Amino acid sequence: MAIIKVENLYKVFGKEPKRAIEMVKKGYKKDEIMAKTGTTIGINNVSFEVEPGESFVVMGLSGSGKSTLIRCLNRLIEPTSGSISINDKDITKMDKQELSELRKKNVSMVFQNFAIFPHYTVLENAAYGLKVMGVVKEEREKKALESLEAVGLKGWETYYPSKLSGGMQQRVGLARALATDPDILLMDEAFSALDPLIRKDMQSELLELQDKLQKTIIFITHDLDEALRLGDRIALMKDGEIVQIGTPEEIMMSPATEYVEKFVEDVDRSRVLTAEMIMKKSAAIIHYPKDGPRVALHRMKENDISSIFIVDKQNRLIGIVMAEDALTAVEKNETSLDTIIQKDIPTALPDTPLKEMFTLMTGKNLPLAVVDENYKFKGIVVRGTVMAKLAEGGNAND
Amino acid sequence: MIDFFIPLEDWINIGFERVSYFLSPFLRAASGFLGTLIDGFETLLLWPPEIVIMTVVALLVWWLANYRLAIFAFVGLLLTAGLDIWAPTMSTVALALSGTAVSLLVGIPLGIFASQSKVVERILRPIMDFMQTLPSFVYLIPAVMFFGMGKVSALVAIMIFAMPPAVRLTTLGIREVSGEMVEAARAFGSGRWQTLKDVQLPLALPTIMAGVNQCIMMALAMTVIASMIGGGGLGNVVLRSMQTLNIGMGAVGGLGIVILAILLDRLTESISKKMKKD
Repeated sequence: MAIIKVENLYKVFGKEPKRAIEMVKKGYKKDEIMAKTGTTIGINNVSFEVEPGESFVVMGLSGSGKSTLIRCLNRLIEPTSGSISINDKDITKMDKQELSELRKKNVSMVFQNFAIFPHYTVLENAAYGLKVMGVVKEEREKKALESLEAVGLKGWETYYPSKLSGGMQQRVGLARALATDPDILLMDEAFSALDPLIRKDMQSELLELQDKLQKTIIFITHDLDEALRLGDRIALMKDGEIVQIGTPEEIMMSPATEYVEKFVEDVDRSRVLTAEMIMKKSAAIIHYPKDGPRVALHRMKENDISSIFIVDKQNRLIGIVMAEDALTAVEKNETSLDTIIQKDIPTALPDTPLKEMFTLMTGKNLPLAVVDENYKFKGIVVRGTVMAKLAEGGNAND
Repeated sequence: MIDFFIPLEDWINIGFERVSYFLSPFLRAASGFLGTLIDGFETLLLWPPEIVIMTVVALLVWWLANYRLAIFAFVGLLLTAGLDIWAPTMSTVALALSGTAVSLLVGIPLGIFASQSKVVERILRPIMDFMQTLPSFVYLIPAVMFFGMGKVSALVAIMIFAMPPAVRLTTLGIREVSGEMVEAARAFGSGRWQTLKDVQLPLALPTIMAGVNQCIMMALAMTVIASMIGGGGLGNVVLRSMQTLNIGMGAVGGLGIVILAILLDRLTESISKKMKKD
């Protein structure tokens, strides 16, 4: 059962909304309508449903209508036509009173520039929604405290927002939104004003919170990484229309239009990590044929590793030796590595992207050697690094 | 060439006569109220010994602002007593501050109202322009016609002159509160009135305080002109010095007004600074 159901939603800014909608339905383009009626189409025939507990991300460039859309969901902006049902009630037909109730109890919002009140303390800010509801002071402060604790701001209650960093201010914004215990959380580019590191933290914390609270979240963003990370499903918007809705996987695998494809490609080509960026350059190696199994074993012990790469005099990669094999060779009193070198090993070029490295490594319990076109040894990439980077989202700008 | 004549003068005269007749019960009531206000205030300031007032004012200023201004207040008031203008000074304070109080009482609600409705603002704006730019002598006459010579007319003249900045700056302050703040309040279900009370007014307070400061300054300036219709006080000292070409007396009266102006200006300034800090 969907908690939010949007059907054929239109928003037209300007004086002749009806005529503009007629024109849209007849297939006129945005610019033509603008020229003829002086109106702007903010949202053009948008329909979607969101399930309870789902994180639904709306992604698009600026001007795509995503901020207008989210404001229609609590009617901060009045939709021109279409219906929006929340908990099976059409909110477009609600009167002032009902709408106010909806905003107090069911839907709360987190803003891009935090929009927390500078003349209130952190606690008063977090309690604001409850104050509007008319909850008595003691009780609202108790609830606000709980919600501040949930976002990690315990101990900051008496401070004024100006003393807080951007990340902390947005935590206050989040606490304020959670304090009323709404079903739905509207997050309008909530993390866009934060610097990348803090942003990443906030995303993680939101995911953790969501794990516990299971709210329905509508999250607006212009950032694909954020969308992929937070969204159970993603809707892509362009010029007021939704061009594709799907799981992150679906969006990445089969972009519906060129627009989506560009979004997705952009990420793959320029921003994904490559082998060169995550490899260890000063890795321990041994030289063939100069070094024998004893040297190999010694160097592995020294560096606390269980295998070691072998290069020739020109620094070209020959293969790898495992610690067990070297030990056996030493016991057999052999002096050469010839019998124990494994030559058939996976290698990556410096510009091999992270995802490919992962494929190369699956099924083999070996580190990956990075070599250039001439097979010269550049460095090694260990399994743990690849996994860690993949888990973080695998992007170079973090 | 020009063969038409607009009898505006007659129209206004006849109109005023009718209006003042029609309004007379209301005017009498208003006059009574305003008169009591000023007289009460003046008596309060003049009845105790001078030194008591000086001390109370200095302490009040110390509490509201800082000790330096408190010293200035004490010394300044002492000076007026020494210059033998204590009574007119207190009378001017009573007139200027009652005028300010009434102006704010009417002006701030009007400003709030105008901030909530474009229509109201559009109507109020030209009226405010009119009130501010009309030469003050012009409305001294109708003030006298409605309320007679005396302090009440002076107060009305002050109101006309000093109210516009309070209205304007209140509207401006509320309009200046960022849209996001208002949106946030509304997103949590706040109605118009609650948004105004919780968010817009507190955030507009510094600007509104600037309006209060302006209002006081203009009221003080107007007390001088209002002395011509019986406003009394320091204005009267200045007026008499003009009539008798007594430069010395003019300087003394002027000095009294300057002392009051500096004191009231710094006082409101430091009150609004304190508000900002909290």
